[in-house]
Amino acid sequence: MIPELGQFALILALLLAALQAFFGIVGPALKRDRWMAAVTPAVTGQFVMVATSMGCLVTSFINNDFSVRYVAENSNSALPLFYRVAALWGAHSGSLILWIFLLACWSIAAAVGTSRLPRAFASRVIGVLGVISFGFLLYTLATSNPFLRLDPPWPDGESLNPILQDPGLAGHPPILYTGYVGLAVAFAFAGAAMLEGRLDRDWARWTRPWTTAAWAFLSCGIALGSWWAYYTLGWGGFWFWDPVENASFMPWLMATALIHSLAVTEKRGLFKSWTLLLAVLAFSLSLVGTFLVRSGVLVSVHSFAASPSRGEFILTFLVLMIGSALALYAWRAPLLKSEAGFELTARESFLLFNNILLVTACATVFAGTIAPLISGALHLGKLSVGPPYFNPTFLLSILPLLALLSVGIHASWKRGNLGNRARILMLTLIAAAVLGCAVVFGLFTGGRVLSPIGIGLGIWIILSSLIDPIDRLRRHISIPRAVLGMTIAHIGLGIFVISITSVEAFTAEQDVALARGSTAQLGAYEFRFEGVSPIEGPNYSGVGGTVVVTHDGAPVAVMHPEKRKYWVQQTVTTHADIRMYRVSNVLVALGQDLGDGRWSLRLQVRPLVSFIWLAAFIMATGGMLAISDRRYRLARAPSPASAAVPPAVVTRGEAG
Amino acid sequence: MSRLRFIIPLVVFALLVAVLGIGIRQSPDKNIIPSPLIGKPAPAFSLPNLIEPGQRVSTAQLRGHWYLFNIWGTWCVECRVEQPMLLKIKQSGVIPLVGLDWRDDPNDALSYLKQEGDPYETIAVDQDGSEAIMWGAYGAPETFLVNPQGIVVYKYIGPITEEAWQREILPRLPLASTPAAGSSS
Repeated sequence: MIPELGQFALILALLLAALQAFFGIVGPALKRDRWMAAVTPAVTGQFVMVATSMGCLVTSFINNDFSVRYVAENSNSALPLFYRVAALWGAHSGSLILWIFLLACWSIAAAVGTSRLPRAFASRVIGVLGVISFGFLLYTLATSNPFLRLDPPWPDGESLNPILQDPGLAGHPPILYTGYVGLAVAFAFAGAAMLEGRLDRDWARWTRPWTTAAWAFLSCGIALGSWWAYYTLGWGGFWFWDPVENASFMPWLMATALIHSLAVTEKRGLFKSWTLLLAVLAFSLSLVGTFLVRSGVLVSVHSFAASPSRGEFILTFLVLMIGSALALYAWRAPLLKSEAGFELTARESFLLFNNILLVTACATVFAGTIAPLISGALHLGKLSVGPPYFNPTFLLSILPLLALLSVGIHASWKRGNLGNRARILMLTLIAAAVLGCAVVFGLFTGGRVLSPIGIGLGIWIILSSLIDPIDRLRRHISIPRAVLGMTIAHIGLGIFVISITSVEAFTAEQDVALARGSTAQLGAYEFRFEGVSPIEGPNYSGVGGTVVVTHDGAPVAVMHPEKRKYWVQQTVTTHADIRMYRVSNVLVALGQDLGDGRWSLRLQVRPLVSFIWLAAFIMATGGMLAISDRRYRLARAPSPASAAVPPAVVTRGEAG
Repeated sequence: MSRLRFIIPLVVFALLVAVLGIGIRQSPDKNIIPSPLIGKPAPAFSLPNLIEPGQRVSTAQLRGHWYLFNIWGTWCVECRVEQPMLLKIKQSGVIPLVGLDWRDDPNDALSYLKQEGDPYETIAVDQDGSEAIMWGAYGAPETFLVNPQGIVVYKYIGPITEEAWQREILPRLPLASTPAAGSSS
């Protein structure tokens, strides 16, 4: 009964999404007030139906209803309750339901958020969101219905892939999807502006908080995913340039560019058509990412079981959705006029470079991701692209971006003049360079050429970000939340750059074969192997090793790496034990039994690796803080009084 | 002219759709679209042996019995996913696995195998990736089933699953060599 209810709710949601799209877009076009008034009930109803459907699927999972095919294929009665719920998004159909549910949440939030905006505009925004909901609901019902029954029901389920039975997995897809799907709101704002044929600075101010919110979720989601890969794959890698990782990273790069270009459009009324294009592209890349993951055209560790009909459906949807948005863009964008000019060294230029470099970075990642497809399609022979391609090409556009950031945040709008900031900036640059070299050549040894540059740039970003807030504090001027948010996000970026450089340059690792009681040395760390003993989990058994770790004789930790064998799938997974000591991560993974009580072990010390993820959360926190700024809440108030106060004073440092 | 500039994104997107469309048609269900190698002799090669330096692995040595030719690399995340299944195949004793270590640092490969277990009978090193091209490898892992006459019988793209092993590979082997391997399903 419950699965049927879920399916029925899904069908109703499809109909309501159709109404939402129709009234939302056609209503304003024909200037029918009553049609526009129907948009809110439609989106509310759609949300309720989608939530019901999601609730039904969760219930089937909790109740171990193995007459539902999707539950039987992805859950098992031995699975702990927590993972039975998380198993919902462990495979294709359920993760689509999650996608649709989150889109419904964003839609209802957008309906509330736009209620004070001009009615025709608000109605168009919700209408565009309705089109997207409709497409995904139709896709789910037509090709990937999770409520299909099995007759006869299976006695027990096949269980969730062991590699996915992990707290990181439970949290990572919902947060990542929230970010992915959130970009739909920016897309809808762009769509509404294009349908209306009008885009002003108010539009940019309305769009900014939505974009930043989606971006913050996306940052957290990517960080969680990378963290999950780091400790479940048991190898200490945290980024593989895997197609699915790229699929989440490309929208992030675009959204980052969009956040910055929206700042220019809001403050100065410039870059309008460019901003519009970025808003369309950011969400389009989410959709293309969805296509790449689910159509099976690329193989990946995260990919879902593929089927041709699914691929064709998404491709058709892509063509309709992105194609019509870009066609609309080609028609409407030429009408938009910039409101002012700017000098070459003004902040606008720096943000333009920021955009160009981010989009270039995104394009190189995109090219690498679909290179195997293009060479296949053109019969050019086979091409393999991996980290050897991605690392250098990505650095090529990101290094100049990092170098320009510190100067850019101090440039004034319109006029290219650093003023009294030039001297202090130079001082911070020198301090950063000295510190960078000191860290690389003093604290550690054997860094590469790029290491002092990376660490120096990271320190410079942090120091130069602090100039403005410190200056304001000393002069007792309050710091707007938007500025504070931007500062925090940039400091997060600085920390990120420092930590990733240090991980790349100073990781020490070794594979050793150890007998019980013998020791291995890795730098100042000593690892003593105490043998293995059997372990027993809720749905697995295996062996756990004991390794006593000391640093210059001081105890660090007693570590327990495991090898688990999951009963249902009969697969063995490696669970590395990872501990934080000072600022480094110490990792011990259990390898093979070599006989006579000897085991192979992987030992690894990665300095600052945890700070990579921490930095992502700091960036996201900065974004969230910026959203809470007062001027976004006064949605209908006239744009900030730029006429009364000289712009250079008001706007210094408010780009984020 | 200035209006035309705004059409560029649409044109680029149309090109992309064409590529993706061909992508789907070429590899929708990767197990159905056959490799051009199927029914043809496996490419002849003679490559350095990973485990025993100085030795070589060649097609001539592999003649005369069935084997699974598995293209992998330590950089390949999917290969790690596939690893437990490969070990299971090795344990079953049904068919030997011949590895092609593709575009990899041999030292990385050796320590990976030490850590995760070595499912292979023998491993050839293809450091510059030229051999994998001869086999038409799209990515890793890819697995080819080769018969005693050296003819490629079947190709599987992506990590081998229990299902692929049971339904696609085992039935293609002569009956004599298929005891109850990989008994759980």
